[in-house]
Amino acid sequence: MAGTWVFVEQKDGNIRKVTFEMLSELKKGGDEVSAVVFGKGVAGLAPELAKCGADKVYVADDAMFASYNTGAFVAQIVAMIKEFSPNALLFAHSFNGRDMASRLAQKLETGLATDAVAADITAGKGIFTRSIYAGKALAKVEVTGSPVLATIRPGVWEVGSTAGAGAVVNAAVAATAGDVYQVEKSFAATVSARPDLAEAAVVVSGGRGCKGPDGIKLVEQLADLLGAAVGGSRASIDSGWLGHELQVGQTGKVVLPNLYVACGISGAIQHLAGMSSSKFIAAVNTDTEAPIFSVSDFGVVADLFKVIPILVSELKK
Amino acid sequence: MKVIVCVKQTFDTEAKIELKDGKISDAGINLIINPYDEVAVEGAIQLKEKGIATEIVVITAGADKGMDAIRTALAMGADRGILVKQDTGADEYARAVALAAAIKAESPQLVLAGHVAADDGSSQVPTRIAEILGFPHVNVITAIDIAGGKATCTTEADGGTAVIEVAIPAVISSQVSWNEPRYPSMKGIMQAKKKPVATVDAVAVDNKIKIIDVSLPAAKTAGIKLEDDADVCAVKLADWMKNTVKVEVK
Repeated sequence: MAGTWVFVEQKDGNIRKVTFEMLSELKKGGDEVSAVVFGKGVAGLAPELAKCGADKVYVADDAMFASYNTGAFVAQIVAMIKEFSPNALLFAHSFNGRDMASRLAQKLETGLATDAVAADITAGKGIFTRSIYAGKALAKVEVTGSPVLATIRPGVWEVGSTAGAGAVVNAAVAATAGDVYQVEKSFAATVSARPDLAEAAVVVSGGRGCKGPDGIKLVEQLADLLGAAVGGSRASIDSGWLGHELQVGQTGKVVLPNLYVACGISGAIQHLAGMSSSKFIAAVNTDTEAPIFSVSDFGVVADLFKVIPILVSELKK
Repeated sequence: MKVIVCVKQTFDTEAKIELKDGKISDAGINLIINPYDEVAVEGAIQLKEKGIATEIVVITAGADKGMDAIRTALAMGADRGILVKQDTGADEYARAVALAAAIKAESPQLVLAGHVAADDGSSQVPTRIAEILGFPHVNVITAIDIAGGKATCTTEADGGTAVIEVAIPAVISSQVSWNEPRYPSMKGIMQAKKKPVATVDAVAVDNKIKIIDVSLPAAKTAGIKLEDDADVCAVKLADWMKNTVKVEVK
């Protein structure tokens, strides 16, 4: 058996941070850690993956893998699993990661622990802590099928510096054109200079108290000063001030930045579920009774329209 | 075109989670259709209103009380229901096997479901169903167009928006931003009582996941709360951000 594999999330050669987080965490254990990368012209990514702990880097290089599609990716990984027999495979808990892992899990008729925030993988046994009810509860589960599959939430682990050998293993291309059943007609990248909400170290969110686009502009101004992602509560999404992809909470995204700044957000239970695991939480709200203050490290009972401009100029000093 | 919509009964998203005997307690909890599934039901109804769907069958797996979720979907406008009776301890694998068996018997052209359930947050079952049925799938859609034996879906992908086309029959899972689900009308609620609901037993398979325990996260304790003039508050907040959090200012 060949240790644990980490499926590399990359687009156009840029590896997502969660990949390095998974490799680094696994490297702390004694088992062999391998990175698996699919794409076109991706063999050059091996040194970067080795630096964070990959002992081996399995590469499947083909034009068919230039962008993600479930059919070809699953067919390819199934062939590689048969050839190399890994004990466990970890994916990022992202759009592509959970899509691929779910289809793979059913093809192999095994178990999959999605949105895991902790993992204990030894000798083919995988025990994971999963976030359920959007973080309102935690379930500790064992994957009893084989191989063990899980998707890991971005940001729960640190990127380390213990290197692996990074030996490149070129895998034979097993997927064929017949495996492809999704045709990507177009892709419009989100044009934003801000970091991804799920991976950002700082998130500044606006809620009902922003009262409209002017309040959101203040939130964005603070976010840009801090190099932060912008998020919103359901109120600001439903009012159309921010796109749905920026919603933080039970029917949106769960975030765990180093700092979460809640501006004009009262803190409904479903919103708290999405952000209360953040390391530091600051809140600005005019209502002293707002539930957001019960989870805040630093709460300010004041008008965000007055506080944010002064805060911005103070931070610039 | 026959459309099947998979729904799951979940806790209201405003529900506070409490444990009883090491398990999540449902005492006093308001049960709803998983919000992501509710959007799938609405999507199916809109396809019927456009003349694309001809029949909408809503299906759920689980305990008898799941019948309420079916009735709600019927009141919104679905035509009939199927309750697959299954132990509530079934995992994603077992639920997908049970639902897929019942769906297969219906030979639908389209299977819709929410991309994730607001309770277990697994986001696996629709994709697993697609694999069992040998159907293509597209996840997390915000729009769909069906024509010429193909479903063209707009999806919320990583880092952008993708338009993906698949042949039908297919399994399509919804994002909550796809549409705004309607409230059942009084007439709809009355009609729902007369619509047929079949009950079948789940195909028995073993789980692939074992739950060891369930716990609640450590409660976050409130820290400093300042009630003062805005400028005083802002200066102190900036100071805390710089010296305690150690933020980097661009």
